[in-house]
Amino acid sequence: MSRETLNLHIQEIKNELLVISDLVEKATIQSIESLKNRDSEAARKIYLADQVINSKRYEVENSVLIQIATQQPLAHDLRLLAAMLEIASELERMGDYAKGICKVTLNLGNVDIPIPIKEFEKMGQLTVEMLHEALDNFLNEDVPNARLLPQKDDQVDTIFKKVEHSIVHMMVTQPEMIDHSNLLLWVAHNIERMADRVTNICERTIFVVTGELVELESKPKKLIG
Amino acid sequence: MADTSIPNNNYAIETENLDIFYGNFRAVKEVNLKIEPQKITAIIGPSGCGKSTVLRAFNRMNDFIPGAYVKGSILFHGQNIYSTNVDPVQVRKRIGMVFQKPNPFPKSIYDNIAWGAKINHYPGSVADLVEESLIKAALWDEVKDDLQGSALGLSSGQQQRLCIARTLAVQPEIILMDEPCSALDPTATLKIEDLMRDLAVSYTIIIVTHNMQQAGRASDYTAFFTMDTDRAGKMVEYGLTEQIFTRPQHKETEDYISGRFG
Repeated sequence: MSRETLNLHIQEIKNELLVISDLVEKATIQSIESLKNRDSEAARKIYLADQVINSKRYEVENSVLIQIATQQPLAHDLRLLAAMLEIASELERMGDYAKGICKVTLNLGNVDIPIPIKEFEKMGQLTVEMLHEALDNFLNEDVPNARLLPQKDDQVDTIFKKVEHSIVHMMVTQPEMIDHSNLLLWVAHNIERMADRVTNICERTIFVVTGELVELESKPKKLIG
Repeated sequence: MADTSIPNNNYAIETENLDIFYGNFRAVKEVNLKIEPQKITAIIGPSGCGKSTVLRAFNRMNDFIPGAYVKGSILFHGQNIYSTNVDPVQVRKRIGMVFQKPNPFPKSIYDNIAWGAKINHYPGSVADLVEESLIKAALWDEVKDDLQGSALGLSSGQQQRLCIARTLAVQPEIILMDEPCSALDPTATLKIEDLMRDLAVSYTIIIVTHNMQQAGRASDYTAFFTMDTDRAGKMVEYGLTEQIFTRPQHKETEDYISGRFG
């Protein structure tokens, strides 16, 4: 096996993950912005741009498979490639959640309904920060910080619960708004799920370095290794 | 050998502080290795790390090298095969070896297998033994109509399976394989690996290989050897193959299997 060739290709795939992550971060912020501004045109653009994220994910998948087939990586290299496959899939799903928010923008149109936009923006901001840090930790193989980062998810969860409560309250007090309130619940749900997927990226960082598959929740749980 | 019918431990072979010398040079040092029975154990490591030396010590093949001797012990059914009361010929009957290059005798296919049985005064039907050995070595279907044909007319892959059949005919418990596929093409290599898997139901197999993918594909356990600063080979890590290849515990193992040295 040629180390130089393998190292070069691994670096290329890492770079590609960074590009996808950047696209996802932008899509997340912009999708919430489109909701805030009730901007259907922007929402449509972000919706369509998700195809770029999807195709880049498949490019990463293809590159990883080529490296496994041609370079026969083992141990750390193999774990790294497997983790990158997984992370590409997580990022692609995060892109889908942003796309889902754009769909809500399009469906809501100019319907008169109070949107907890400050909360959505805060959740989105936290999620994007988490994603950024998670990718940094992954690339630097920073296990201590990868273990700590999911704690930020608790902040997202707290806001989510508050928003959920207020939307459900709106559903009860203004039943005529149920359909549209439900759309807002989906927005909250999508951002909350994005943050969960960042946690999955942190788990992969730990896997690459230690070979252990742990589930990062309030109490880390060892699955294998 | 002394009575070996009742094993006093669960291992096929167990080494205790094994050192192997060629004259003054200590080629291998302090190897403590427990080989699981009816499993395939791969020994991997860079050139010169002593893996073939260890393999050859397991059936006293090193006895043929002037000045070679061992310290420590190699236990087979609880008995040190290097004890003075042990007959090396008996050891080699029970611990057979297949070599890097197929080395059939320049005789017929049948005679290659029957040879061991004849000199050992095999009490049963030699023809049956030949057939049984060739079936076990997955060669029977290809040669059954030409048993009197020359073994040298077979392809390399077939010759290597013939050598395995010849080893099986002596009815060993352990089969040592020293780079058995290095002279074979990928198809013949996979046939040997499939055969090893079938044979491991009844036999213990220890294989030395330079081919990391082969060790990964074909073995249950892997022992990684490397050369120490005094040039003596040492065992760095030993464990389940799936663990060694995905989560090795030692940096030296990681570096070697990842192609960083060796």
